[in-house]
Amino acid sequence: MTIVPLTEPLLLHRLAHARAGDKGNRLNIAVVCRCPEAYAALAPQVTAERVAELFAARRPSKVVRYDLPNLAAFNFVLDDVLDGGVNASLGLDGHGKCLSFLLLGLALTPTPEVQSALAALASAPVAFQAQ
Amino acid sequence: MRDTVYIGSGAGFAGDRVDAAGPVVATLAQLSGPRFLVFETLAERTLALCQLARRTDPSRGYSPAMDRFLSPVLAPCLAAGIRIIGNFGAANPHAAAARIAALAQAAGYSPRIAVVDGSNLTDALTPAEFAARETGGRLLAGRDSIVSADAYIGAAPIADALNRGADIVVTGRIADPALVLGPLMHAFGWGEADWDLLAAGTLAGHLLECGAQVSGGYFADPGVKDVPDLAHVGYPIAEVARDGTIRITKPAGTGGRIDHFTVAEQMLYEIHDPAAYLTPDVVMDITGARIEDLGGDTVRVSGVRGHPRPDTLKATVCFSTGFLAEAEISYAGPNADRRARLAAELVRTRMAELAPDLQVRVDAFGIASVFNDTPGATLAGLWPETRATDVRLRFAAQSEDATSLERLLDEVEALYCAGPAGGGGVRRHLTPRLASASCLVERGLTAPRFTLLERQA
Repeated sequence: MTIVPLTEPLLLHRLAHARAGDKGNRLNIAVVCRCPEAYAALAPQVTAERVAELFAARRPSKVVRYDLPNLAAFNFVLDDVLDGGVNASLGLDGHGKCLSFLLLGLALTPTPEVQSALAALASAPVAFQAQ
Repeated sequence: MRDTVYIGSGAGFAGDRVDAAGPVVATLAQLSGPRFLVFETLAERTLALCQLARRTDPSRGYSPAMDRFLSPVLAPCLAAGIRIIGNFGAANPHAAAARIAALAQAAGYSPRIAVVDGSNLTDALTPAEFAARETGGRLLAGRDSIVSADAYIGAAPIADALNRGADIVVTGRIADPALVLGPLMHAFGWGEADWDLLAAGTLAGHLLECGAQVSGGYFADPGVKDVPDLAHVGYPIAEVARDGTIRITKPAGTGGRIDHFTVAEQMLYEIHDPAAYLTPDVVMDITGARIEDLGGDTVRVSGVRGHPRPDTLKATVCFSTGFLAEAEISYAGPNADRRARLAAELVRTRMAELAPDLQVRVDAFGIASVFNDTPGATLAGLWPETRATDVRLRFAAQSEDATSLERLLDEVEALYCAGPAGGGGVRRHLTPRLASASCLVERGLTAPRFTLLERQA
């Protein structure tokens, strides 16, 4: 197996991309894997508990992860993290749109599955067909 | 009846590019069969602002951007037989329709224009009755007035209007995907209980409702996922088959990209439980959805399921919450982070004395702003050892008491002479604030219907 050198913290950003959406005080972040291998590699690591920890300063009342194996994607739903929502927040980004990249900053453990996914991504970064 | 319907997106939000629809219309004009152009331009707050505009002038209250969106494409659409559906109507769809008729007449056309309304609930319930129906919060409790309330109604009146021959359908508040589902129900004769088909049409609408967000917009991450010619990104066109299969494409020669990744991101946009996305027309289940990358900026989407529609409708209730105050000042160069921190502490100390009940948020661009939190824990954890050398502080507060907010703005401005060394670039704003809450309301409170306008001679 190709071992991908790790010279900096390995972040979720390497294996997935994401988009945030808001409804009221609830935020969803869709995390889409950059290759099919990443789905199995990320499932044990990018858990609702870890996402809740990452967003702790925003005091989520609930975090749920929905799994979409057909799309090789996860959908995270975080309750009460938007400071009341876009029309009530004192923050600049009341929609929470930038928060997709807060999630992509999640540090990964370089497990063998993660290493395989990185290698797969490096060798075939173009076409994609979910399993 | 044709077996493929083409639906193009002309705009995905009120602030969208007004020249986006041009290439979409040019592409649709080359095709035959049922073709539609849809505009989604109604944000939550837009409707409340339009309601206020209508109160001061009964001829206003529709989307102020309508002319800019429609003018470039109205004549080409009418010439090519492309029908237009848009939620430009906001708080006054009848006035919007009259304005469209005038625009069309000036261009030498007299189209059949239909108005869809019946979503307005502003006077249907008392504030206390809305409060009793609020979901996901208790923002309405104890309020004695609201600015506006509108339900998200379904696609049926759009389909009915098209069945009666409307060339243009203008609506107020309506579920965004209904703008696409309505034409499909009309073209294919889908019934109100064909749940899987209604879900497919809803998914097509969901993929189109944010314009370029499915075709390479809001996607570029340089070096990671690049998007060609984003400056001229092509807006999407859905080709929907009678069996509910969807193909998403974009006009030839435009920028952007359409593939598994762009479509998967948009498919999950603003979705909570992917097995149960609630709309007025159907409960959509995308857990079995498949995206096939066909190459050439084309994907096929299938496998969506539908379940019977919910008994209640979502409504957005807008109410005034006073004002939002924001003020900013910058510090740069050696020791900038510590000077900025001192400035923040000075303003907090002063405000604790002058307006102790006012919650003040402090952000520091260059250290923590959008990733900061309102109590300030994130920023406090990073200060003062950031070594940031170009820091802009932002102070924000909201209140119904403008006087205490002015105090905050004055205190930030006073940093010019009484704060730390080298502060500059103060900006201050006080803006009225409309907040919104969500309710679930009985369908019977709404009266969704369409009206065909008298055609001009």
